[in-house]
Amino acid sequence: MAEQVYFDDVNEGDEIPVLEKNPSSQQLVQWAAGSGDFYQIHYDREFATGNGLDGIIVHGALKHAWLGQLLHDWVAPAGRVKRVACSYRGMDPHAQAYALRGTITKKYTEGERNLIELEIWGENEAGQKTTPGTGVVALPAR
Amino acid sequence: MADEPDFESVVTDEMRALIGVEGPATVSELTTTSVRMFARAVGYTDPVFYDEAEATKQGYRGLPAPPGYLGTPIFNPTNSDATFGQRGGGFRPPYKNQLNGGTDIEYFDEEICSGDVLTSRTKLESIDERYSGALGGPMMITVNATTYTNQNGMVVAISRGTGIGYGPRSDNE
Repeated sequence: MAEQVYFDDVNEGDEIPVLEKNPSSQQLVQWAAGSGDFYQIHYDREFATGNGLDGIIVHGALKHAWLGQLLHDWVAPAGRVKRVACSYRGMDPHAQAYALRGTITKKYTEGERNLIELEIWGENEAGQKTTPGTGVVALPAR
Repeated sequence: MADEPDFESVVTDEMRALIGVEGPATVSELTTTSVRMFARAVGYTDPVFYDEAEATKQGYRGLPAPPGYLGTPIFNPTNSDATFGQRGGGFRPPYKNQLNGGTDIEYFDEEICSGDVLTSRTKLESIDERYSGALGGPMMITVNATTYTNQNGMVVAISRGTGIGYGPRSDNE
């Protein structure tokens, strides 16, 4: 893991480290088991095409969880993820590169907590933000 | 928008009356196995989600739940769906086609960890209708808010799910 990030050392406008994914059908099956959502459009190609899709698609909730990982991996071990919000604006096929990114939009203190708000999103190979959202994390101070 | 076609509202007084009314409780469990499975599915490499000694060292009561994991609703074939498991309820738009519009989860000071048993209740927060050019007709947008309380009575998370319904009606056949 990367070294601890501190509140003192980050600024509005900073980009956080990108999280790269390229979900295999195996990962979508793992997600089905991990989340309990066994909807077949996410792992059964015939079922998906029979429902008018071009192929199996990534679960929206998995993209939400990746945005959570983007924030966790950035703030761990001492920071905490406080909020992850996103919209599902487009379907994403499996076996394609998908990048999770974030930019700091606000840095403030509330009580004893040092909070950071971010614009976060998932984007496909064409650079389309199919999962735009916002996040809030708490960071330790030096 | 000025050029939006008029459409007839399908929101009834009965639907409006559901806003703010809490539904029945759903119980979700977190075990070390379920936390590891979720973390593995997302693709985490941080040992805090897998190694109990590491989690303890970092001050957690058990393996911490990765963001997005609010426990697994207890499955029982007598009251659960084979595909989706036990669903927490909440209002769904009366259209045949449903899209998941978005997810917003807010966490509070008390961590969610393996060993926790969470009780959740869902209430409809809002209903809106809009004309969608992309979907070629009216759509209904609902927001359901689910509050998760742990075994000690502490609210640990509030999750808001946006649902979008469109296309043929599902309630007038």
